[in-house]
Amino acid sequence: MIAILDYKAGNQTSVLRALEFLNIPACITDDNETVMKAQGVIFPGVGAAKQAMDRLTSQKQDSLLKELVRQKKPLLGICLGCQILLDYSEESNTKTLGIISGACKKFNENWTDGTDENNDPEKIRIPHMGWNSIEIKKESPILKNIRSGDTVYYVHSYYPEPKDENLVLATTVYGREFTAVYGRDGLWAVQFHPEKSGKTGLQILKNFSDYCHAAN
Amino acid sequence: MKAHLCKRIIPCLDVRDGRLTKGIKFENNVDIGDPVETAKKYYEQGADEIVFYDITASHEKRGIMLEVVENVAKNIFIPFCVGGGINSVEDMRAVLLAGAEKVSVNSAAVKNPDLIRQGALAFGSQAIVVGMDVKQVEKSEKIPSGYEIVIHGGRTCCGIDAVEWAKKCEELGAGELCVNSIDADGTKEGYEINLTRMICEAVQIPVIASGGAGRPEHLAEAVTKGKASAALIASIVHYGTYTIKDLKENMKQHNIAVRE
Repeated sequence: MIAILDYKAGNQTSVLRALEFLNIPACITDDNETVMKAQGVIFPGVGAAKQAMDRLTSQKQDSLLKELVRQKKPLLGICLGCQILLDYSEESNTKTLGIISGACKKFNENWTDGTDENNDPEKIRIPHMGWNSIEIKKESPILKNIRSGDTVYYVHSYYPEPKDENLVLATTVYGREFTAVYGRDGLWAVQFHPEKSGKTGLQILKNFSDYCHAAN
Repeated sequence: MKAHLCKRIIPCLDVRDGRLTKGIKFENNVDIGDPVETAKKYYEQGADEIVFYDITASHEKRGIMLEVVENVAKNIFIPFCVGGGINSVEDMRAVLLAGAEKVSVNSAAVKNPDLIRQGALAFGSQAIVVGMDVKQVEKSEKIPSGYEIVIHGGRTCCGIDAVEWAKKCEELGAGELCVNSIDADGTKEGYEINLTRMICEAVQIPVIASGGAGRPEHLAEAVTKGKASAALIASIVHYGTYTIKDLKENMKQHNIAVRE
């Protein structure tokens, strides 16, 4: 059983539906005991870092997440979940979980991506919304059967920047190269939405589930 | 230089009483199938997103749409948006809970712009798309761009300049705009490029071009000359003239980044 941590974060139902489609037993829960008993935990999220942190803290789910990691329970952070595993977010200057050291930064509206028909650079639009490709930097169980050039679906205005470059598993370019996937065995974070990234995204969720099964 | 972010192709499915239709100039709607099956087909073909537009007239039958949304959400794993008949934050909540990522508001936002702000506050800007129906008119003091917002499927002019309205929607928290040219819609002669470009240059948020796609090169034109982030399509794929793959091949030939 995979537990999807319920902190009213928006995309949890989409994550559940994707797992159901893959015939992976899963539930959405805010019950600590159920979370601790699960083979692996998905930490989803859409929305603002500050509100999410306030909610996690008030429900003591921040310490639950830290305990999960301490016990080496497989964990996958998605989008906002990916961002707030780091120390700090520029979004409303929010101190975040600090499970992995690093910060979350805002895209700069003066950055450019591609050129228009007159060869003038085009400024990026924020949020970074839509399909973009990933480049794999390091092999990892979470990226099994995923190739550089595969595309995934993004919606975000801030991007994660883990301190330890060795943790960067895949990157994407939007105005600049940023971290798309980071982590180490059993603790991963993806900035895009695997639950909305078609077959590539489903493969990543399956990879996580396979890892959880093997680890338990 | 080619951009990294892919330009999106978004088929739009008009749904009435749970069945798929496509209106030409908002008249003579013809039933052409089951929305869930059609959505699956486009998902397999590589659609980047899907829009469902609920044109169900009676309020009692609205529940049918929510069932459609739920079934779609269980079967396709790309983002999708639901528009039509969204008049309140509660309407938005119902379709988002049923599994849509985004809702599109149109006439209701023109009548009550605060709905955009409320929706963005409750669900985040990324969930709120404002659909704009636009008609070309003579330039005037009131309509300096020469493009006016219309509602009720094009029957009622609002006295609002389209470019001004686009900026206002962005200010209120819209995450995306879908700009539909009433003049081009159904003509198959191409998107209204001038309008699309004007709106794209006036706002920072992504803009979807809508209305007029008849040939693959029209899509390329919308995202290059028109500067749109995405192109909405309907009859060009609904009647099997082209597949989404054909359209993407054409965009690739124009050196446009698309999702394979």
